[in-house]
Amino acid sequence: MPSTLPDGDPAPASGELPESALEGLGGRPFGFYVHVPFCVTRCGYCDFNTYTASELGPGASHADYAATAVTEIRRARAVLGDAVPQVETVFFGGGTPTLLPARDLVRILEAIDGEFGLAPGAEVTTEANPESVDPAGLEELRRGGFTRMSFGMQSAREHVLKVLDRHHTPGRAAQAVREARQAGFEHVNLDLIYSTPGESDDDWRASLAAAVEAGPDHVSAYSLIVEEGTRLAARIRRGELPMPDDDVAADRYLIADSMLAEAGFGWYEVSNWAVSDKSRCRHNMLYWTGGDWWGVGPGAHSHVGGTRWWNVKHPAAYAQRLADGVSPAHAREVLTPQDRAVERVMLELRLSDGFPVAEIERPVVAARALGDGLLDMEAFKRGRAVLTLRGRLLADALVRDLVG
Amino acid sequence: MRIQPGQTDPAVIRNFCIIAHIDHGKSTLADRMLQITGVVDDRSMRAQYLDRMDIERERGITIKSQAVRLPWKVGETDYVLNMIDTPGHVDFTYEVSRSLQACEGAILLVDAAQGIEAQTLANLYLAMNADLTIIPVLNKIDLPAAQPEKYAAELAHLIGCEPEDVLKVSGKTGVGVRELLDHVVANIPAPVGQAEAPARALIFDSVYDTYRGVITYVRVMDGHLGKRERILMMSTGAAHETLEIGVISPEPKIADKGLGVGEVGYLITGVKDVRQSRVGDTVTSVTRSATEALGGYEHPKPMVFSGLYPVDGDDYPELREALDKLQLNDAALVYEPETSAALGFGFRCGFLGLLHMEIVRERLEREFNLSLISTAPNVVYRVIMEDGKEVTVTNPSEFPTGKVDKVFEPVTKATVLVPSEFIGAIMELCQNRRGNLQGMDYLSEDRVEIRYTMPLGEIIFDFFDQLKSRTRGYASLDYEPFGEQEAELVKVDILLQGEAVDAFSAIVHKDKAYGYGVEMAKKLRELIPRQQFEVPIQAAIGARVIARENIRAIRKDVLAKCYGGDISRKRKLLEKQKEGKKRMKMVGRVEVPQEAFVAALSTESSTDKAKK
Repeated sequence: MPSTLPDGDPAPASGELPESALEGLGGRPFGFYVHVPFCVTRCGYCDFNTYTASELGPGASHADYAATAVTEIRRARAVLGDAVPQVETVFFGGGTPTLLPARDLVRILEAIDGEFGLAPGAEVTTEANPESVDPAGLEELRRGGFTRMSFGMQSAREHVLKVLDRHHTPGRAAQAVREARQAGFEHVNLDLIYSTPGESDDDWRASLAAAVEAGPDHVSAYSLIVEEGTRLAARIRRGELPMPDDDVAADRYLIADSMLAEAGFGWYEVSNWAVSDKSRCRHNMLYWTGGDWWGVGPGAHSHVGGTRWWNVKHPAAYAQRLADGVSPAHAREVLTPQDRAVERVMLELRLSDGFPVAEIERPVVAARALGDGLLDMEAFKRGRAVLTLRGRLLADALVRDLVG
Repeated sequence: MRIQPGQTDPAVIRNFCIIAHIDHGKSTLADRMLQITGVVDDRSMRAQYLDRMDIERERGITIKSQAVRLPWKVGETDYVLNMIDTPGHVDFTYEVSRSLQACEGAILLVDAAQGIEAQTLANLYLAMNADLTIIPVLNKIDLPAAQPEKYAAELAHLIGCEPEDVLKVSGKTGVGVRELLDHVVANIPAPVGQAEAPARALIFDSVYDTYRGVITYVRVMDGHLGKRERILMMSTGAAHETLEIGVISPEPKIADKGLGVGEVGYLITGVKDVRQSRVGDTVTSVTRSATEALGGYEHPKPMVFSGLYPVDGDDYPELREALDKLQLNDAALVYEPETSAALGFGFRCGFLGLLHMEIVRERLEREFNLSLISTAPNVVYRVIMEDGKEVTVTNPSEFPTGKVDKVFEPVTKATVLVPSEFIGAIMELCQNRRGNLQGMDYLSEDRVEIRYTMPLGEIIFDFFDQLKSRTRGYASLDYEPFGEQEAELVKVDILLQGEAVDAFSAIVHKDKAYGYGVEMAKKLRELIPRQQFEVPIQAAIGARVIARENIRAIRKDVLAKCYGGDISRKRKLLEKQKEGKKRMKMVGRVEVPQEAFVAALSTESSTDKAKK
């Protein structure tokens, strides 16, 4: 989640939602995102809303954070009322959630369960850095109700990890997967980054091989994005590192898809592969299919029934709002039917399930995309607009054409 | 009373103009004359008083001439001096010639630090041909870099006088200006005309004023023009009533008694369009008409054409309205609607020359707040088909595709003045532009006048730029129409993905076709963003491809991440990109940004360069 917040309309201090948002609540899957805005060090490429100091003021320091988050969860309950359904998915992201003691994460999860109730078989994920977990902590998380671990492996090459400012050793991620498996986690994801300056095709192949070898049931692979204002951007500007090249990134993507497919991972979203439908990240699917979720924490985004809002960015300001009994929402937007239609194309077209052909507003564009080999002919005949491999690499261009 | 308008004895009238290069200080000298003769007091004086249009003042050039009546006393006699301001640029030769026709004398004003420039020389020749008395004057003698002796010798050589006859002034400080005015009275002949004959007045300028309609500047040759008189424009046969008649001194003053022989002033008839009151035409009286018009009237003839298109297609009606308004004040501007597959709806506009084109474009953008794309300028070609049919081509896309027998192009007589060290550079450039050397004269030891005939089409294609850059800015250029010639010309088309882009087609000499094609294809490869598919760019003559470039297909256009917190930002970005797409022009399936058109079509003949 990039740290720059979008522009929006003012959000009411009460945190009240428009009627339109609450309408039909309960008929849609519901989840929680919990943002933990702490890291030991900031990585050079990262522009997420995260802080390396452990003392950020009352309510915002590591020690107070769980309690502050619980306050927001209680507010969420009050705002959403009784019609809210049980929670299908919870996702802890950051930052580095596992910088907090496992018991704090469990305490936050318990608050969600207590206020809303976790659905049977709910998916509960936390992100973690490979070096920030140990067997005991993993077991504690598992016992506390977590079902899925997502590790930021990024690369198996030391020189690549160094450019990314990652501090784990190349073998550590694989070991973390084994420890998670031993602790009883059925679902484990590894995050990888490609086209880092200095990475070769072979480096990338080695990283993919190591990831597959570690035995996760899910892999996410992202091309490195040079975000403005990061240390990486500055180093590229000064000429210390080359700018990642889009053609190189395209090659790496093809390598990833081919190696992962060979290892039994199928793509289900542009940047996500899983060994089976059961191994897909249900929480992310909720984002992509118009589900509702409440985002807890500074800078966290939420969506309920066509209203999107986001919290104030700084942890201290966030904690202060909650301490004052005021909604931490910074701004919001109530989507028009047109906005929602655009978002649907933008999100669903990225999925292997695709977008219903019958609902495409510009069939001529779709037909042309078929001809250009961006959409899959077989799926199209079945009524779904599904990207081909080439189409996945040009997804944004196609979305622009489809909604343009 | 002898010097009141309408009652002035021609013997005390002196009509003169100032011939000068744009930055040689004509306007500053005119300012000093206004002050010294007392018609403008020091308090209301502003720099370049007579240049009315903003663009004129900013560029330091005079586009529209006006006439100022100045009182001047020599001994006990009161004189009337009419200073007729002439346009100083190559595109306006005809207007200059009409201004000269209204005078008996001309001040040849030359910067004492720079010497005479090509256009000044051309205008001097015009003045000499019109039998005007020439008063040579060096200006800016206060400058440290002034070389009065050197340039006095140059002027003396040109007009056949002695170097000591050359007056020396400083428009800035006023030194020598009184002496110059005395000199005008003593040396320039008084006008001669038949007071009792039917009225004949020469229109030497015609200006549209928002409040008053067209203001027509005239010099009365014979007879008398009065207020509330029915007058006749002899070339058009149109009759109007003079609502107002007066002189400029330097603000308008109504002349109750009208204007008599030798006098210079203005008429207002309520006409709204300068085309009804044309420069060079003869005004006479309806009741007592002259039988013969004054000689020399010519209809303005556009020499250079260019397509003008609004960047935003929605601005088309505004562009039409702006051109309509501009034409009220510019009889030489012609235009007609044109459609380009690539650029949409616009106008094919005809201009007197490059500067005229630049001025029109700049006024459209500045005064009417329009954002425009202009296609590369071209000249008019006469194409004879094998079946004898003749086609006039003012737009390369109209160049016939059938069996062409002959193509004729307009030719100019071009004069370049340059320090002698650059003779080689100039000859190389002119040779390369299909020029034919006509002659060469030394104006002084180290300055040369080189004369060429050259196709106009070569001059309008970045010739000024080349001239300036090869001579470190020292060369000056003048050119005038000189008939036409047959030439081996071909149309080069530029194709994107096999589809010709009309806006990029050009008519060039067959020896230059390859160079043009290669350069354009290369330029476009840099300017057009990569598309989802490979885009071949080809330059072709007919079906024959002469150059080719490729824009590689874009392979990746997708952001890797799109999670809960990215959705709003990404949707907003998408909306922005959608807006951006609207500004793209589609060539077949290729999206070409406006900027690519603007950049590809700029011939480097931008404003500064056209100024020479």
